[in-house]
Amino acid sequence: MSISLEAIVARHADRDGPLLPILHDVQAEIGAIDAGTETRIAHLLNLTRAEVHGVVSFYHDFKAQADPRPVVHICRAEACQARGIEAMMPAVAAAAGDRVRVETVYCLGLCSVGPNARIGDDLHARLDEGALTKLVERA
Amino acid sequence: MTTVRISDDAVTRACGADKVVSAFEKLGWTVERVSSWGMHWLEPLVEVNGVGWGPVTADRVAEIAEGKADDLCIGPVAAHPFIASQQRLTFARAGKTRPLSLDDYAATGGWAGLDRARAIGGERVLAEMIQSGLRGRGGAGFPAGIKWQTVAKASGERKYVVCNADEGDSGTFADRMVMEGDPFALIEGMAICAHAVGAGQGYVYLRSEYPDAIAKMNAAIDLAADRIAPFRMEVRVGAGAYVCGEETSLLNSLEGKRGEVRAKPPLPALQGLFGCPTVVNNVLTLAAVPHILTDGGAEAYENLGMGRSKGTMPIQIAGNVKQGGLYETAFGVTLRELVYDIAGGTASGRPAKAVQVGGPLGAYIHPDQFDIAFDYEAYTAANALIGHGGIVVFDDTADMAALARFAMTFCAAESCGKCTPCRIGSVRGMEIIERILAGGRKADAVEVLPQMHNVRDAERSLEEQVALLEDLCETMKFGSLCALGGFTPYPVLSALRHWPEDFGLTKQAVPA
Ligand code: FES
Repeated sequence: MSISLEAIVARHADRDGPLLPILHDVQAEIGAIDAGTETRIAHLLNLTRAEVHGVVSFYHDFKAQADPRPVVHICRAEACQARGIEAMMPAVAAAAGDRVRVETVYCLGLCSVGPNARIGDDLHARLDEGALTKLVERA
Repeated sequence: MTTVRISDDAVTRACGADKVVSAFEKLGWTVERVSSWGMHWLEPLVEVNGVGWGPVTADRVAEIAEGKADDLCIGPVAAHPFIASQQRLTFARAGKTRPLSLDDYAATGGWAGLDRARAIGGERVLAEMIQSGLRGRGGAGFPAGIKWQTVAKASGERKYVVCNADEGDSGTFADRMVMEGDPFALIEGMAICAHAVGAGQGYVYLRSEYPDAIAKMNAAIDLAADRIAPFRMEVRVGAGAYVCGEETSLLNSLEGKRGEVRAKPPLPALQGLFGCPTVVNNVLTLAAVPHILTDGGAEAYENLGMGRSKGTMPIQIAGNVKQGGLYETAFGVTLRELVYDIAGGTASGRPAKAVQVGGPLGAYIHPDQFDIAFDYEAYTAANALIGHGGIVVFDDTADMAALARFAMTFCAAESCGKCTPCRIGSVRGMEIIERILAGGRKADAVEVLPQMHNVRDAERSLEEQVALLEDLCETMKFGSLCALGGFTPYPVLSALRHWPEDFGLTKQAVPA
């Protein structure tokens, strides 16, 4: 694992201000950015761990703990609220149970065809309660 | 061999276009993936020899291949009233070209602006930009030409062009559609800007919620690298922080720091990215540039629009509407036209209750105000914002108190934490709205202790709670460092003023 972390950092060596791209890759390839990882990234970039931790904890995309469960991102911003997402959330929670992690996002940029959800890089639009719970069950 | 055109925009794909594509391929058709026309209620829209069908599902493909499926047919796409009534400049290519085809781009007038800019030199580019009257489309509406001039005049070895593509506002998607549908236009706009101000490096700061746009921009930058050289560009992906749409916070994020807002001055134009002079413009601003720089473009642009709002605005129609999508038109259109004529009313068929214009920090507009014209100054006068040009329509089932509370919750969740009015004010605002909704509150266990003799005995009346909320909003508006805390009062106060009954208040309880 320590090799791959160094490889990730090396990948971005010629960039200015490389911390965010590095953290994105670490999050994607290792699944989390825990305290030990922060320390090692800090060391490789000649930063303090506090600086790295400050960045990791600031952004919603970075997680301190890996979560192996499948994730469904559901938009609950205004345009999707106007198309009825809030009323579906109890059914979504029931369908997800503990098996699926349901995360809220504020807007997927598909606001004219909501309610919308995202699983990985797949986008789903025009969801009604049935379609959305099915997505969650199959995630 | 027959050819069908289907968009590969994220909206189209989310509505199931890929299945429709494979159904056509199975029949032996050639499928051309083009950009989206912006008629989202018809997606997936398929186009054969200029005639469109939509929304199409895979099981209707065989009929369409035979020229049938009349119930889905909309006739010639370009003549559809939704398209024909627009004035498309930024979205002139929408629906017509393959997003990543350099040939299509060049054949539709691409690179003409850049070539001309290089020929006439930086000084004249700046003069034409100022003449066009183009104002930043990200929300603040600052004249782009003036900003460029400041950067051009600033001294410094290194200068940057940064494109703000962190389109976090709900109800907006025009940036995404530019990046997915016409990425070279944005690249050309940035290259023109770099030429005018003397920048060598450009960044597109793109939100992580847009995977399709990230892929397209990366591919387009690779393809156009030689064309824009020596200017270099790079995509940087955000990490889910709404506040990074604020320019100084975006710059911090680009530098690899927490996306905290910086105090201004210094202006980013003088000390921006890595302390160097930096142009930060929104996608729509930069994508409007190639057109302005064509021969006579600046003058034509200046003649569109009204008052000091020049040119066109790509308006994004979203929420509870029959016909949502992208509508680019000169400034001056009214909400009444947008909601009832262009969008065809609500999708639910119920009466429209409110329209939020300008994203989560924009005011809720009551149907009584629907005649106000789309114009920066007119909206400011009405205590509202145009923002990034998104309009979200709500029908009469909307609970305005819940939406006001949501505005505060959103601000609390997304606050960068640097300034107190935003970080703490939003939480207090949430609490006050809850208290109003609960009809007041009881003293808690600590407050009834004998030591707490300074606690007021009488609980605040509803009127006093409302006054407190207004007071807090005042503090947030004038005391916050950036628009997140500064504009959250817009949705809250507009909801309170126009729909007091949703808060359990009488009209009298809320001063106008
Ligand atoms: S508000 Fe849900 S996708 Fe934009």
